[in-house]
Amino acid sequence: MATMSSNRALPVIQVDPTNKPYFDAAREGRLLIGLCKDTGRHFWYPRGCSPFTLSNNVELVEAKGTGTIYTYTVMRTKEPYAVAYVELDEGVRVFTNIVDCDLDALRIGQKVKVVFKPTQGDSPPATMFTPA
Amino acid sequence: MSINGKAYIVGAFEHPTRKADDKSVAQLHAEVAYGALQDAGLQKDDIDGYFCTGAAPGLGPLNMADYLGLTKLKHLDSTDVGGSSYVLHVGHAAEAIALGKCSIALVTLAGRPRAEAMATGTAPRSWGVNVPDDPFEIPYGRTVANAYALCAMRHMHEFGTTSEQLAWIKVAASHHAQWNEHAMLRKVVTVEDVVNSPMVSDPLHRLDCCVISDGGGALIITTPEIARSLKRPLVKVKGAGEATKNQNAGYTDLTYSGARFSGPRAFEEAGVKPADIQYASIYDSFTITVLMQLEDLGFCEKGQGGKFVSDGNLISGVGKLPFNTDGGGLCNNHPANRGGMTKVIEAVRQLRGEAHPKVQVPGCTLALAHGTGGLLGTRHGSATVILERE
Repeated sequence: MATMSSNRALPVIQVDPTNKPYFDAAREGRLLIGLCKDTGRHFWYPRGCSPFTLSNNVELVEAKGTGTIYTYTVMRTKEPYAVAYVELDEGVRVFTNIVDCDLDALRIGQKVKVVFKPTQGDSPPATMFTPA
Repeated sequence: MSINGKAYIVGAFEHPTRKADDKSVAQLHAEVAYGALQDAGLQKDDIDGYFCTGAAPGLGPLNMADYLGLTKLKHLDSTDVGGSSYVLHVGHAAEAIALGKCSIALVTLAGRPRAEAMATGTAPRSWGVNVPDDPFEIPYGRTVANAYALCAMRHMHEFGTTSEQLAWIKVAASHHAQWNEHAMLRKVVTVEDVVNSPMVSDPLHRLDCCVISDGGGALIITTPEIARSLKRPLVKVKGAGEATKNQNAGYTDLTYSGARFSGPRAFEEAGVKPADIQYASIYDSFTITVLMQLEDLGFCEKGQGGKFVSDGNLISGVGKLPFNTDGGGLCNNHPANRGGMTKVIEAVRQLRGEAHPKVQVPGCTLALAHGTGGLLGTRHGSATVILERE
């Protein structure tokens, strides 16, 4: 039995001064991740400090936008939706939704690619993934 | 320096209500505080230390201290690590008592999510304002249920854990709850009942989830000298450990909990091993919570939790590790969506020999209570205490 993903209404995303560049890039269809310039390591989620050294020597860099499903679940609400951690090719695991697919056919290890889904009004899009 | 033997739990009270339509949260705090004082044989004005969390109405401990008429306070602590807070508070109270900062500490918890018809586990919910991770999670419909389901799915993938194995945890809890007249769910269920109940968030079924209940509980912790002057059995705080587990900057591993850190700290302080524990209160927001904590506390090897909990191994009188003999959060009570308080209370009952005769562990002298508060795998507080009957 197939459970197609729904076009669930998404809430307004709370943009703050620190995360604004991330969401500005999302509006342009680009997925950014954090880079600690002290250690050269990527991090998720974007923030104004390095979670490795705590310094502010960080920047946002563009990710390839592809990865694999680390884990997932289908929330069996009236409008079912799939929540997942996707491991990006850069190594970090991103909390997200898997969309535009049969939710019952998802599996751990499946290859996925980024898609951007509109939220409400002027709010930036949400970063989601779909089977590659 | 250690807290081993420096403090005793002399009062423990669980509110009998499971739906408090006719009582405010503050009133429930007062009733559990009074219940614990009665249990200990102490008076309100004996209290000089007070512990609560953000679940208590008002600013930290201030409004509750005012409402309860606590005028002798010398030590305050409103550390909030979700449902694990009340396990953590036992350790903090023992520290304060060991240092002479206070001598009689009260810990209270109360809430009424059921009366307020709160969608505790299935509605996206933030923990506050300006939470930096929220914009990256709330729009994706993060709920308590699916956050725990993500851990269960990964655990099954890595270790071959099955829904039937998880179901055994609920089965054991239901066997205990049948004897608890206050338990919300007293019907004994089977593995088939659990795996055939409606799916909430794959692979967690409705019966893998804890109840939503009103009520609360309170504890009184004091010095060895005062404990010996009272008439209650002596329940010594032997060891305590706390930790956080987080997302590790995106290198998130959902297969273990903070019990991996808090457990060994508590065991070391107590000078005992997991195999010495005769009764365990294990936080049971969901069946997967129990399974992962049992592994991380060292009751079995990582990945072997499914095998460990099967075939009634957690049922008192049947298995090797009797757990949650009040029915736990899965069947009895999860007041204010925070199960740590009732975990400590049932451990105290077992050590006093005051658990229901059908579930009492014979000659129980060493017990563990453990809490996970927040989101399993990604952001939670973890607190472990080891208690001994003297």
